[in-house]
Amino acid sequence: MSYSAGVDVGSTQTKAVVINEDRQIVGRSLIDTGANVILAAEKAYVKALEDSCIREEEVEYIIGTGYGRYKVTFGNTQVTEISCHARGSTQMFPGTRTVLDMGGQDTKAIRVGSNGEIIDFCMNDKCAAGTGRFLGAAASALDIPLPDLGPRALQAERPVRISTTCTVFAESEVLSWLGKGKKIEDILMGVHQSIAKRSIGLLRRVGVENQVTFTGGVAKNKGMIYALEENMEIKLNVSEESHYMGALGAALFAMDHIMGSRVPLGSMEAGS
Amino acid sequence: MTFAAGIDVGSTYTKAVILNEGHEIAGKAMINTGFQLTKAARQAFDQALEKAGLGVKDVAYTVATGFGRHQVPFADVSVTDLTASARGAATLFPGTRTILDVGGQTMKAIRLDDGMKVKSFRLNDKCAAGTGAFLEKTARYMGYATEEIGALAATSKEAVPISGVCAVFAESEVINHLSQGAAPADIMYGAITSLVDRSVQLMKRVRMEPEFTLIGGILRFESMAEVVHRALNKSVNVPAGDLVQFTTAFGAAILGQSRLKKLSHQRKANILAV
Repeated sequence: MSYSAGVDVGSTQTKAVVINEDRQIVGRSLIDTGANVILAAEKAYVKALEDSCIREEEVEYIIGTGYGRYKVTFGNTQVTEISCHARGSTQMFPGTRTVLDMGGQDTKAIRVGSNGEIIDFCMNDKCAAGTGRFLGAAASALDIPLPDLGPRALQAERPVRISTTCTVFAESEVLSWLGKGKKIEDILMGVHQSIAKRSIGLLRRVGVENQVTFTGGVAKNKGMIYALEENMEIKLNVSEESHYMGALGAALFAMDHIMGSRVPLGSMEAGS
Repeated sequence: MTFAAGIDVGSTYTKAVILNEGHEIAGKAMINTGFQLTKAARQAFDQALEKAGLGVKDVAYTVATGFGRHQVPFADVSVTDLTASARGAATLFPGTRTILDVGGQTMKAIRLDDGMKVKSFRLNDKCAAGTGAFLEKTARYMGYATEEIGALAATSKEAVPISGVCAVFAESEVINHLSQGAAPADIMYGAITSLVDRSVQLMKRVRMEPEFTLIGGILRFESMAEVVHRALNKSVNVPAGDLVQFTTAFGAAILGQSRLKKLSHQRKANILAV
């Protein structure tokens, strides 16, 4: 059995995935990236190996991706996260034509063709508005743990309208709504709506075509899925592995490489 | 003696100035704005009265300004902060043609005509990267308080380039620089330089002309004015001491005094007419 691995070094978290020949995930890990990016990549990979119970020697090919992909010093090569998210998404949901990847510090909209090839992409990486950081700011302003944001937002009755664009100013706007006596749930849904609207703006720039797959760390947030689906009026593909989609894509490319570089068994027999 | 008050409810601080007929400041006060704007305005006003040794009845006219000017129910009138800043800056420096106002959450460039009137203006209040919040965030990422910004930057030997595109993303940039051994002072100075670059862009859009007068809370950091001076290669006026933060409230109070004068003229005219 051959194994491959993908390590996705994101701005906020580093993800590693080990897959087998059947392209099934056999091990995964997720850690905070922190300041030492090289160390984060190594740690995430080691943890994924532990999770898979596979020895390091058994992994034939490793691909690094994410903004810190060149810090994956043990990787065989690097692939951009755009390609990896597209690859992971089309593997999980073959009907995928549009990918929305929402991470800690950037949001990307990607259009893919019927063979999973990238047609166009657009990203928001110059400004924290409309990225996961916006949620992080709201969470810290309201002193609520990140995983609770979505569920709390879903309990909103009359969402407020967040008027500020900038994440820094949104923090004060959130507090001022609180000062005006608004319910935390209503403020939170307002925050989710605001991010959803900005992301949809990004998606429109590449053109939205069904099906849309939602990936990245924020895809775990049910409140965000709701806000996006409500504003886009379509159903999103969301995988249990959404957070690992970039790392999975990298591992899939690595497996493609292994399979491509080895002459398939059938053809060898035919040749002999 | 008749007094007028100017109350500037800003995004971060609320300032109150009480002015006598001779345009001398009798008392002034500054407090955090917080989220209850009316309360903040009241408190700043009360504190300024106390410092002046005056009572509410001594103040014949109150002018509110700043982003929270509509939340000051006891004011006689409200004027935009552009008008108030223009009047304040031009009173202190009559040659003023361009004003740069950098506050906690806004940056404004105002162009004046020869008669102290606002000719054009540009403002940024949408993105923290172009406001004082950018410096505050940068300082905080390094463990410094806002008040320490000036002293910290003053010890810088060489500015570290800071991109200044987003105040949130600046955090990773700052952490990267720190981990590579850059001095906090140099990073702070780099952030100031980046903010000044943005302010020059904004001033260009109002077709800046000398004299330049710099006001607003962020200008209380001397290095900020120094960097603007160098970027423009022109001399700049900066109101002395903490007046730099009170210029807009001061301008509002001046407007209050002129209004009083006009009212008393009218009254005299009415009496004469009878």
